[in-house]
Order: sequence, then structure tokens, then C-alpha cells
Amino acid sequence: MSIEIRNISKRFGGVVAVENVNFSVGQGELVGLLGPSGGGKTTVLRMIAGLELPTEGDILVKGQRMNDVPVQQRNIGFVFQSYALFKSMTVADNIAFGLKVKRWKRPQIEARVEELIGQFSLKGLERRLPHQLSGGQRQRVAIARALAPKPSVLLLDEPFGAVDAKIRQELREWLVTLHHEFNVTTLFVTHDQEEALEVSNRIVIFSRGRLEQVGTPREVYEQPANEFVARFIGVMNILELEVQQGRARLNELEFPPHGLGEGQKMRVGFRPYAVQISRDLAHYRYPATLRRTFFLGILLRVELELPSGLIVRARLTKEEYSILGLSDGMEVSFQIKQYRVLASDGGHLSPEVSAVHEAPISLGENI
Amino acid sequence: MEEPVWVRWILIGVALAFSLVFLLLPLINVFAQALSKGWQFYWDSLAHPDSTASIRLTLITALIVIPVNTLFGLSAAWAIAKFEFRGKSLLTTLIDLPFSISPVVSGLMFILLFSLQGYFGEWLEERGWAVIFAVPGIVFATVFVTFPFVARELIPIMQAAGSDQEQAALTLGASPWQTFWHITLPSVKWGLIYGIILCNARAMGEFGAVSVVSGSITGLTDTMPLRVEKLYNEYNAAGAFAVASLLALLALVTLALKTALEWKAAREERVSTRAPAPTGLS
Repeated sequence: MSIEIRNISKRFGGVVAVENVNFSVGQGELVGLLGPSGGGKTTVLRMIAGLELPTEGDILVKGQRMNDVPVQQRNIGFVFQSYALFKSMTVADNIAFGLKVKRWKRPQIEARVEELIGQFSLKGLERRLPHQLSGGQRQRVAIARALAPKPSVLLLDEPFGAVDAKIRQELREWLVTLHHEFNVTTLFVTHDQEEALEVSNRIVIFSRGRLEQVGTPREVYEQPANEFVARFIGVMNILELEVQQGRARLNELEFPPHGLGEGQKMRVGFRPYAVQISRDLAHYRYPATLRRTFFLGILLRVELELPSGLIVRARLTKEEYSILGLSDGMEVSFQIKQYRVLASDGGHLSPEVSAVHEAPISLGENI
Repeated sequence: MEEPVWVRWILIGVALAFSLVFLLLPLINVFAQALSKGWQFYWDSLAHPDSTASIRLTLITALIVIPVNTLFGLSAAWAIAKFEFRGKSLLTTLIDLPFSISPVVSGLMFILLFSLQGYFGEWLEERGWAVIFAVPGIVFATVFVTFPFVARELIPIMQAAGSDQEQAALTLGASPWQTFWHITLPSVKWGLIYGIILCNARAMGEFGAVSVVSGSITGLTDTMPLRVEKLYNEYNAAGAFAVASLLALLALVTLALKTALEWKAAREERVSTRAPAPTGLS
């Protein structure tokens, strides 16, 4: 294990920023800390760096307890969201700073700086000041500076936050390549789920200071641990059902009661891709109007409106859409292929999401 | 919004006339009076042992006061700009206190503290330490009066800069001292120099607080402003203006330095906001 976080809590005065968080990061992993802003992910990153001290719990790097090790001796590279380049120093001096204060020999410093300048395609910019660089160049200088003293861990706070959308994509790919090249254990903070899914080996999801789930991108997407994760990662239809006459219902929609009694409430969620659509009104159980189509590139998302006004979101590929010959305003039928039972309001069910239930055949075919 | 031409000219005229009558004319007059009895007399007035003693005392005071207040100002600004703590707004107000108190009252406060009838007077007397009517009193009073200059210049600059650069330096392994020396100080240098210049001008020119605590002992506790007053009261107008002309020169140098610094800082600001367009990762 490269980093171990054990029962970490952080309180600022009376405000709880991080509460009882546990996770570990393996040697050479690229891990994304994901969550809405104010979720505590940056605080965790700063505690690993030593810029904040945990109120409770331990931080271990390579098996060594770090709590009492001062920032300077943790040998951790930190890239700030603002990049925090030294304004009055040139690119080369910025990169060399960590080596100078660590008393490297001059020829070694020069060699290391030149090596990094090359690796980060900063050639020709060595004598520039930070304000003479573009956003992408500044970020590269910031990362090169953090990596110069050969840290055991690289931490990045919202690395893609300060650049415009056009170069974000390039930067993501670049970060993966960089991680591959330097093979240094890397943690980055982001509030963008797409970014986290695309870049990380594993994702640690936070909300309101608590850890919600740790897993590979695929795990958190396909097996969300709870409703928060299910809603935060990707798009999900959420329905509030009430058991009436032995079935859990919301308007026209019906689900098995999963052991709940009459009048009790239940929540289910299903991904847009779990909705099957047909132009044959008799093919699936529920009739609906295709209200709007959103083009997301190769995938399309459609909004289906039931007669009662309830909206269900579905996803299909361009091909499926054109084979079905769909268009806005069309009458269709649909069924829900898979769904999950989420927490019920009364707490009768555990907050954990249950296994995926294949929707009973009766839902699809017993018209 | 566009005023009529005549309004603009009247306003400019009033401002010009005012500065001419109340600022430029007296300034010219200082030099005219100083030289009214010729260069020889001017030189003799300055070379008079009591005058040189006052110049020396003023320089000594400034030499002590400026480092002390630079240090105070830096620490106070650092504390206010970089930390959150209870009583921060009180500290900010306290820093401004010397500006809002009449210098004479400032002087009297030190009399109350350190004179023989004051709180620490006897204690000091027993040890043979003279504060009031001696150089330490003058230094104390000047430190007090000029306390806000450096801190007030630095606080907004430090607040605007935030602490990201310092934190970055720490994560790279720099000690707090290295961080201060290589990161913080360069980023506030213009404001710091400006604050020091203002502090120096006031320290050398302070009259009210110093006149209360100095006792005005000729040749011993007379600073330049006190010397000017004394010469003038002795009907030696040309001598008084000769010493005064040195203070006026100091004011002019301060003004020139201040303008040059503002120009230089503004130029650096312009350069730093004119970043080239992002070119991506090519």
C-alpha cells in the first residue's frame, strides 16, 4: 500500500469537513477523489500533503505514520488548483526550487530541470515568467515542479478546473500518459464524474465529508453502493413508489412490493439504458409520448412522457434510434428492463442498493 | 458621464490654484528664505553643532524606527492576511490607532507611562534608565506614530496574493524562513519599499509626539523639526528655514521615489495581466 487513510476526521471549529474516512491507494495507482464541492475531498488531499492536520485518525505513506511529519519532509508533490507558480521566478527557477531547498548539487539540478523541461514540452520557455505562459503551459510547469524532487506521491487539486473545455480532453489523456510514464502514485480531486470515470484506475466518492464508495469506474457505475452514488455517477431515473393493492406504484408504473406492506413507501432507480422502447404500442407494457431527444454524440437520450405526465429518461444509440424510426412527438411503448431498490423513506430497507432485479416478465409482456 | 467644458476647467483651475497657493508657494518660500542670507549663511546654519546634532539624532531615530516598524508591519500584515483568528478586526483597528490619535496625545501617553510620575517611572529611575527627555522616549514616540505605514501597505497586497505560493514552497521542502525569503518577500517588495519610504518620511518629520517627550534639550534631544521650531522662536528665520529646507528636500525625494515606485508597480501589473492567449498542448 502506498497510502493508507485510517479513520480520518477533520473539524474546523464546529464544522465537520471530513468524517471517519478510510481508504487506501496502491503503489502506482491513479485514483480520483470525486464528489460535489464542499464534500471534503480537497481537505483529504491537503491532509495527505500535510497542509492540514487531521483532528482524528492516521495517515500512512508506505507504511510510515505521517501525522507528525512536517509538510517539508513528506516528500509529496502537490499541484494546486491555481497552480501557485512562483510569480517572480522563471519556469526553470520554479522547477528548480524544490531541488535548491533540498540542497541538490548544482549540476544535478541543471540536469533534472533540463530533463523535465524536455518531458513536459517546455523547451524554449525556460526563461519565461509564469504570466507569460498559457493555461496549459502553466499547469505543465506546476506538475513538473511538483515532480522535480521525485516525490513518492503526486497530489493534484482539481487539475482540470482552471483550463477551458477545449483543452480539458487533451489534458485528461495527457495525465494518463504522464502517470504511465512517471509511474508515481497519483491522487487527484475532481467534481466532474465523467473526468473521474475516464482518468482513474479507482474512484473514491465523497459527499458531505463522508466516504460513499471506493471502486473502479466500472464498479461505481454498475454497482453503486447507495443512492447518492447512483445519482451522482451518470444519469438515473428515481421513482418514489407506494405499495397499494400488493404492488408498489407511482401513477401508471408498477413494481413488485419487495416485502413491503400496504401504504409503505419505496424508492427505485433505473439507468436510462435499462429502458426499452418500441414503436409498436402493444409491444411493451407502458404507453408514452417521446417528448424530446438530446444528442450526446454517438448516444441519444430521450424523454418519455407517460399519460399521467410522469417523465422517464431513456438512452439509445444512434442506430437503434434510426432503426426504430423515432422522432419527437411520437407515440411509443416502453418497459423497464432492470432497476434497483434504493432506500425507503421509513428506513424499512437498508440504505444499501439491493442487487439488480430483472423486472418480472409480467411488467414487459402481460399487457 | 460628460461634464460641460467650463465645469471641467473650473475644477482643474481650483485644484491647480489650491496646490499652487498652499503647497508649491510655501515650498518655494522655504528654499527662498533659507537662502535669503546667502549660501555661506545657509551652510553655517546647517554646520552649527546644534544643527548637526539634531540631524544626527533624526537619522539615528529613523535608523532604529524603520527596521522595528518594518518587522512589526510585516508580522502584523502576515498575521492579518494569512490567518483567521479571534480579534482579527480588533487588531486591524489597533494598527490604525496611531493615525486617529493626535500626535500630542501620543506623546502624552508615553509621559504617563515613563515619566517620574508615570507607571514605570520609578522602576526606570532606580535602574538609571532615562526614557522621557531622552533618546529612547523619542524613538518610542516615533515608533508609535509611524507604526501603521508598513502594515497598511502590506495587508491588501498579502490578502490579494493568498497563501498558495507559500504552501507550494512548503510542499517542495522549503523551511518557513526560505519560504518567507524567496516567496513572500519578493511578492510584496514594492508595497514594502513604499511603506518604508512613507514610514521614513514621517519618522524624520514627526513633531507633535516627539516635542512632548523630548524636552527639547539643545544639542541632546532636539530632532530636526524641533530644531527648526527653536531657531524660528529665536528669531533666526534664515537658520530655521535652512534646516527646514533639508526636511523639504526629504519630502521631495519621498515624493519622487513614491511616484517612481507606483509607476514601476503599475508597469509590472500591466505586464502580468497581459498574458498571451492559451495555446493548448501543442
